[in-house]
Amino acid sequence: MGEAARFSFLSLLRHGLGKAWDRQWRDAQPKAAYDVVIVGAGGHGLATAYYLAKEHGIRDVAVLDKGWLGGGNTGRNTTIIRSNYLQPESAALYEHALKLWEGLAQELNYNVMYSPRGVLMLAHTRHDVQVFKRHVHANRLHGIDNEWLTSAQAKAFCPPLDVSQGVRYPVLGAALQRRGGVARHDAVAWGYARAASAMGVDIIQNCAVTGIARDAVGAVTGVETTRGPIAARRVGVATAGHTSVVMAMAGVRMPLESFPLQALVSEPVKPVMPCVVMSNTVHAYISQSDKGELVIGAGTDAYTSYSQAGGLHISRETLEAVCELFPSFRRLRMLRNWGGIVDTTPDRSPIVGLTPVPGLFVNCGWGTGGFKATPGSGHVFAATIARGEPHSIAAPFSLDRFVTGRLIDEAAAAAVAH
Amino acid sequence: MLLIPCPWCGPRPESEFRYGGQAHVVRPPDPSAVDDAAWGAYLYLRDNPKGRHAERWRHLHGCGRFFNCVRDTVSDRIVASYKPGEAPPS
Repeated sequence: MGEAARFSFLSLLRHGLGKAWDRQWRDAQPKAAYDVVIVGAGGHGLATAYYLAKEHGIRDVAVLDKGWLGGGNTGRNTTIIRSNYLQPESAALYEHALKLWEGLAQELNYNVMYSPRGVLMLAHTRHDVQVFKRHVHANRLHGIDNEWLTSAQAKAFCPPLDVSQGVRYPVLGAALQRRGGVARHDAVAWGYARAASAMGVDIIQNCAVTGIARDAVGAVTGVETTRGPIAARRVGVATAGHTSVVMAMAGVRMPLESFPLQALVSEPVKPVMPCVVMSNTVHAYISQSDKGELVIGAGTDAYTSYSQAGGLHISRETLEAVCELFPSFRRLRMLRNWGGIVDTTPDRSPIVGLTPVPGLFVNCGWGTGGFKATPGSGHVFAATIARGEPHSIAAPFSLDRFVTGRLIDEAAAAAVAH
Repeated sequence: MLLIPCPWCGPRPESEFRYGGQAHVVRPPDPSAVDDAAWGAYLYLRDNPKGRHAERWRHLHGCGRFFNCVRDTVSDRIVASYKPGEAPPS
């Protein structure tokens, strides 16, 4: 039976009548040694393993996770995808990811529900208007779609939006990236896990890394885990908010601070939101899931923390902004809120590449917006690990830019106020 | 929301304060005497520990003064607060 038949209408009917579904990926037990160990079975780590196997023929790979697959920020984000970043280096990186998103469901033969429904970024002040227009022009010079809408055009694109001018922060206009949108975050982790596992990658859950073993010259020889030592000459760290903790095991200090970032969902309602709306100034971003819940992103807490919960006053502030932008949503009740730990860099750009420790690679610093980069991040990180030198798109995002001073400032494009 | 003990004003809600990042980061006394790596480390590298963290706060909407706290970054419980220039409690 071919891959395509596995999720056919007939199989759905058969399983609906009681037949149990098969496992989609192997529940692997750790071997004594691998070519490559990836720490962190989130979207970025799984994508890295997938592209190592698929594009570089490196299949003797383990992906380790202290919890369960996709249980960190992969399962906690608001699933927004866009590539309208300002600097050429970032535009290249996020656009690389967006192009992969467009073919990802076919690539993985797994429906990741990528929906390019448009990302609308609202301008509320004259400063916003200037900054967003600059982004629109910069993006178009890089061949990335982004366009400026008047407030009336924004209203036509997103009917529930209130564009009346008498409010505290009126909508003066908006930047629209039509290819931006959302995808199903769990499906991305599952799709990569299934495809990687089918090529021989071992995905090992409940296996926390407790140490990084090194030889006499300091090169990596493997990792210590709660399930015993695992030898590997190449280790890739993709642990988001916990990167500083893991890298400290190899004696590397990182230019990172970890903050809780919150999201929440409303009770499900019929389709009301046709697109993604983001507002930096009043601090809200919102879209509607296919289940009908409004998915709302709040800000980070003011202080560093690993608590995976944020202050209630942070989400309250966001809900107040949402209610002002969308008066018709005021009566909706919120079902759940939660937090994830995001690792932010001083320039709000990620770090992908080599480290001072031979054999140790790091992929981190995605801050509040890592989900959108998942395929591109995995793709360039896999190439970096396979070749032992940075992929050309990843090269500007090296760790040593914090020594050379060649920062990539994306504070304006990173959307979430840190 | 945290209840933060300002050493001068006593416990006040977090909304009165501004977070100031890791405490006790010392600026090299002669910046031109250190190399790029040392200067970059001063500017950008942070401990970011999971657990006990000494950090700066400023009582912005109160006395306006800076001080330091020791906080557990897992429970967010503040263990101690102390005035600038004092050593963190052991």
